[in-house]
Amino acid sequence: MVCSPSRFTIAQSRATNGNESRTADTVTRTKSVALSAFGLAGFLLIWELVPGLGLVPATILPPPSALPGAFLSEIRNGIWLSALSRSLSHYLAGLTIGCVLGVSLGIFTGLWMPLEATLAWVVRILRPIPGLAWVPFAILWFGIAPAAAIFIISTGVFWISYFAALGAVRAVDRELIELADAFGFRRADQKLFKVILPAATPGILVGVRTALGQAWMAVVAAEIFGVPGLGQRMMQASNLLASDIVVVYMATMAAAYGAIDSIFVAVQSWLLRWKR
Amino acid sequence: MEAMIDLDNIGLTFTRDGTETEVLRGLTLAIPAGRLVAVLGPSGVGKSTLLRVIAGLLAPNTGSVTLDITPDRNKLSVAMVFQDARLLPWRKVWSNAAFGLEHGQLSSAERRSKAEAALALVGLAGFSERYPHELSGGQRQRVALARALAVDPEILLMDEPFAALDAITREGLQDELARIHAATGKTIVFVTHSIDEAVHIANEVVVLTGRPAQATAKVTIDAPQPRRRGGADTADLVARLRAGLLEPAS
Repeated sequence: MVCSPSRFTIAQSRATNGNESRTADTVTRTKSVALSAFGLAGFLLIWELVPGLGLVPATILPPPSALPGAFLSEIRNGIWLSALSRSLSHYLAGLTIGCVLGVSLGIFTGLWMPLEATLAWVVRILRPIPGLAWVPFAILWFGIAPAAAIFIISTGVFWISYFAALGAVRAVDRELIELADAFGFRRADQKLFKVILPAATPGILVGVRTALGQAWMAVVAAEIFGVPGLGQRMMQASNLLASDIVVVYMATMAAAYGAIDSIFVAVQSWLLRWKR
Repeated sequence: MEAMIDLDNIGLTFTRDGTETEVLRGLTLAIPAGRLVAVLGPSGVGKSTLLRVIAGLLAPNTGSVTLDITPDRNKLSVAMVFQDARLLPWRKVWSNAAFGLEHGQLSSAERRSKAEAALALVGLAGFSERYPHELSGGQRQRVALARALAVDPEILLMDEPFAALDAITREGLQDELARIHAATGKTIVFVTHSIDEAVHIANEVVVLTGRPAQATAKVTIDAPQPRRRGGADTADLVARLRAGLLEPAS
């Protein structure tokens, strides 16, 4: 009887604390959203004012208010959609080829020591070559054609996914492999599909996500050399000093990459739904 | 009685960084069918190594292992429970329990129903759809036990399976193992460094001591299950085993 009032007090004060901290959380979140919106608005305002006040000519820095018009005209003449779809097709082809080759070779190298030793020096020579340094050969081998862009994109993707897969396979818990042995899965392919591949998936996906961003940058770079797509259209506009159109395509790239990354993250978290 | 597991003159030497460590020498041991045999010894004596030799995970340098099992490509005859649960984190509980059933021609429905039955046997009915990270340590170890039982093995090898658990969970699982052994009549080799655990569950205790390890004592325990912990009938035996472990020369 004596202690029951004090117990009640404890429970009550705990409940109050909970409410307060929840309210505090909401306030913090609202505040930070408000601050972010304020920051963006400020950025757009300054951007608008700098050419608006005549500090720099609008051709050098087009104001944001000029962009919707430029965007609409690019859509109306059909160039926007065709450039975007061409770029996406280069992107997807390059990404798929680079990832499939990189991940497969990374897995085999991770599983089979002699292969790693065999490739060690070849990798050391080829790996440091930047993707763009392949442009001359891409043009020589494939011409100014989508295949050249796909080749440049997939080269960069290849190395990222190769090292991610190699590392992920190496990092698989030896004890899980012993488990496969103990339960009669002694062939290499059984171990690969029952244990190694699923265990390495999180690490491989981290590499693929990095490759996703890298490949998008490579798209622009590859197309600047003339393969039709967003990069090429951007260079055309730039040569004509149509800087508002350049900004439209910069924004398009940012939006497309954002969408691709969000889709990937959704797929990734579905694949890794077993993780806490 | 014909031995289910016959170890004859087993010797095993590990080589690491050029140094050789002789773990087992001249170890001869016969384990009869249907018995729960505890292999008791201090940490690092080579108990787990012995278990891996029986499982065929390690090949001995000398001697032979003969298992009285009917080899079947479509079914496992020997299953193992490790000290850590070693569940596959990407598989749900039922799928972990069904892991050893993925040999041969069982349909996925058959695998699932066998896995569910094994989970029920270890008291985990209703946990099928969980992922391992959603379980407690004791529950995970139960899933590992269910995974071994699901294949209906002739021999069950257990490598200090309860050592990492808290005392209450451990005692509960010991009782359950004794019950499962009584119900299924499987041959079980149970490695432990706990005298109390060995005496509580086993029909026979083999003491492994020395370096290289030798079987220095073998004790049969006739006390019926379920046994009472710390009972007078086993106190003498516990004392004898303790003495045997402390004075390996005897």
